[in-house]
Amino acid sequence: MPYESVIGLEVHAQLLTESKIFCGCSTRFGASPNQHTCPVCLGLPGVLPVLNKKVVDFALRAALATHCTVAPTSRWARKNYFYPDLPKGYQISMYELPIAEHGYVEVADQGQAKKVRLTRIHMEEDAGKSIHDAEAGASLVDLNRTGVPLLEIVSEPDIRSAAEAGHYLRSLRALLQYIEVCDGNMEEGSLRCDANVSIRPQGSAELCTRTEIKNLNSFRAVEKAIEHEIQRQSEVVETGDRVVQETRLWDADREVTRPMRSKEFAHDYRYFPDPDLLPLVVDQAWVEHVRAELPELPAARRARFIHDYGLPAYDAEVLTARKDVADYFEASVRACPAAPKVVSNWVMDSVLRFVKEEKLDTALKIETWPCSPEHLGMLIGLIQDGTISTTIAKTVYEEMRQTGHPPEEIIEAKGLRQVSDTDTLQAAITEVLTANPDKVEAYRGGKEKLLGFFVGQVMRATQGKANPQMVNTLLRQKLSQ
Amino acid sequence: MSHYALTIHQAQEKLRAREVSAVELSQAVLNRIQDTDQHLHSYLTVCAEEALAQAETADRTLANGATPPPLCGIPIALKDVILAQGVRSTAGSKILEHFVSPYDATVTQRLKEAGAVIIGKVNCDEFAMGSSNENSAFNPCRNPWDTDRVPGGSSGGSASSVAADQTCAALGTDTGGSIRLPAAFCGIVGLKPTYGRVSRFGVVAYASSLDQVGPCTKDVRDCALLLEVIAGHDPRDSTSVNRPTPSYTAHLERGVSGLRIGIPQEYFIEGMQPEVETAVGDAIAHLQVLGAEIVPISLPHTEYAIASYYVIAMAEASSNLARYDGVRYGYRAAEVEDLGALYQTTRAQGFGSEVKRRIALGTYVLSAGYYDAYYVKAQKVRTLIRQDFLDAFKTCDIIATPVAPTTAFRLGEKLADPLTMYLSDIFTIAVNLAGLPGLSVPCGFDQHGLPIGLQLIGRPFDEEALLQAGYAYEQDHDWGARKPPL
Repeated sequence: MPYESVIGLEVHAQLLTESKIFCGCSTRFGASPNQHTCPVCLGLPGVLPVLNKKVVDFALRAALATHCTVAPTSRWARKNYFYPDLPKGYQISMYELPIAEHGYVEVADQGQAKKVRLTRIHMEEDAGKSIHDAEAGASLVDLNRTGVPLLEIVSEPDIRSAAEAGHYLRSLRALLQYIEVCDGNMEEGSLRCDANVSIRPQGSAELCTRTEIKNLNSFRAVEKAIEHEIQRQSEVVETGDRVVQETRLWDADREVTRPMRSKEFAHDYRYFPDPDLLPLVVDQAWVEHVRAELPELPAARRARFIHDYGLPAYDAEVLTARKDVADYFEASVRACPAAPKVVSNWVMDSVLRFVKEEKLDTALKIETWPCSPEHLGMLIGLIQDGTISTTIAKTVYEEMRQTGHPPEEIIEAKGLRQVSDTDTLQAAITEVLTANPDKVEAYRGGKEKLLGFFVGQVMRATQGKANPQMVNTLLRQKLSQ
Repeated sequence: MSHYALTIHQAQEKLRAREVSAVELSQAVLNRIQDTDQHLHSYLTVCAEEALAQAETADRTLANGATPPPLCGIPIALKDVILAQGVRSTAGSKILEHFVSPYDATVTQRLKEAGAVIIGKVNCDEFAMGSSNENSAFNPCRNPWDTDRVPGGSSGGSASSVAADQTCAALGTDTGGSIRLPAAFCGIVGLKPTYGRVSRFGVVAYASSLDQVGPCTKDVRDCALLLEVIAGHDPRDSTSVNRPTPSYTAHLERGVSGLRIGIPQEYFIEGMQPEVETAVGDAIAHLQVLGAEIVPISLPHTEYAIASYYVIAMAEASSNLARYDGVRYGYRAAEVEDLGALYQTTRAQGFGSEVKRRIALGTYVLSAGYYDAYYVKAQKVRTLIRQDFLDAFKTCDIIATPVAPTTAFRLGEKLADPLTMYLSDIFTIAVNLAGLPGLSVPCGFDQHGLPIGLQLIGRPFDEEALLQAGYAYEQDHDWGARKPPL
């Protein structure tokens, strides 16, 4: 029987606020253990939480960017469980009344758009980190992460394949990066994902028993684990067994999911409203204030790039996948408004490749990139007006990237200006033709493919500086004489 | 009169007139503690050295001529759930026996800023859970009027230390009557302020939606003085209310003329000690003579208060006490096999039986499948109880009731039966559920010479009316001025 998979994702996104959600401690990653702690996040006797309003701003940004309905009143709840990296013995989260519900994320998949609905978004505090293998016979606890703000973003079971789960997660990550609330780094754990997976006969509308998969800390893990879990469940059903509702852990080394030991998760969190915090009231003015400061979102920007710059859908999708890249593109175009498609090619090729090579995956600021977008735009302008050839431009770009100097300066200093002077080119052409009489004869005898050879020779003779279009024209003229 | 017997306002005058130095005053109080505390066990920690150093600072301030801060040089004791930086804070529990707080509670900070001398930390039921002080993990505190009897709980040490002149005044906390009951049992003045009036930051939490810090004092004027210092908004406590604090002492002598005092029929019950009923009735009659109007009222949901209180308080407690796990601070069981055993053994050995009972009950009522039947229901009852009071306040300005159905009972008398013990709080609990202010003022003695307390309940944030009425009553009686036979 053909099966259809039904998948929903629960994403935890660490928010980029300066300080923690309920105290003033820094959220900076990489400090020495327990450096960013205070009585409040250590859970000392007598301490009380005070909400960091910035966290609500960030949550509202995410809520609006995902078309959610913002609750005028939401409520903090305690999720009770014991673990050494949870100092209070409970996590402050939201339960019955989350801050936002009923949204959707537009998932771009090679031109095809699909909406994945969101059930809810809520805020909560992160737990600390337990380190089990650093010291023999002891576990260590680092509470720097305790109280770092998180958004939990829960999707409806709208996803139908492992690949689609990947697309959804990438779109969501792009969105969160766009609105600058999360850096989206899965390896460092600032974006985490659990997947709920079930299968059902193709065409059926019912929801069947699901399993929850945890420990998915890369896009690859998400896709592989879901794929494996769909396969596993199909096999269970094929053999006449029933899928058991359970939590499973993804083992990335062995590429299998395995059931969590019952001790690894609590059964009953005994949620109840946190009496230390007032209900969160968000009025319309607050929502509108956040909305006004929201940047243009990927979907709108994609459409604008196609319309305003005449870019192909593919280019628009690639360029808008990251806000920093889209910003970079637009800044480059401003320096070279005549040729947006050429700029697009350059950004997608040189810039994106460099970003990937240098693993600038999480950098959200284009200011830190070595070659400024203005310089790139200027460089492309110089190609357009014939000052340099595309080939020379690649050399100049490398130099720009390394030195940060503007293109004209590099071109002058290195004497890379394109040779478009007819006399100089004629002289070079004559020299090449004179040196290869046999090939000239062969060309004239019908072997027109040899034109490329002559062009290459002329380019070499001019150290690549010859204007290739002119060389082409002049060569044809000369050979047909 | 010995220095240690001074009220805050008497000491203020003598200190400012330089008739007594702050060091002399603190030394007198320290000597008094030394002389009497073996009979009372009011104190868990006496801060002799720090207190004398603070007193010396106070003397310098007093000597420089400018107007000194309100509590300059005045010894104040803190219930051991209220944290003071560098001072051991046990909360009456073995699990925090050696815990030294790295920070000051907001109320402690305010006392220090007002020039007070923190004389020590006083005894209480473990984590403020109890009505007799017998749940203290250390020596239970005794009632100064009869050391075979309990001082009431949970702020027993606060009340006994004030009654026995072991401090000028003390702070207690009140979750279901924990200031008012011991104040009544020990013959002193105790106030539970409106929920949100005083910061809870730095106060070891029992039941967060009910806990409130308040003064335990020798008279009503002191109570107003002390409240003035500790009350007010605290940005570190989200539940503290941001509204101005009136000067409680400024209009203390306003009197009760025209004040409408509601008498709830539900608070004069079968089985009440007759002397209590008589004394409270006399006190109400006296207020009427002073010009108050007496209005019969009804608080129909009163009988559900105790049940609702215990569900809510225990639910919150079960979560609030989860942090005492032996991982970061406090008692930690030795020689355990694994994490589960660390938690179980630490908590089994570190907590006393009443605390464990409440954690177990609280965990139960929050469990899946029981949450709606217990916790949600209790919250609904709580809303009804609050509404009862708000309705009643349409026809009266304050409400007068007994603080407790009996005077102080003997140690051990109610220990075996927690339910009987819980009934000690029958008249005080609803006030916490409704978040209202409640004042306990001495109004007589029974045939054994044990104090009786009158409870005055006010509208939210109307502590002023309670203090004015209490003050007016107090001017014509000397109950509070009588001293226990120590």
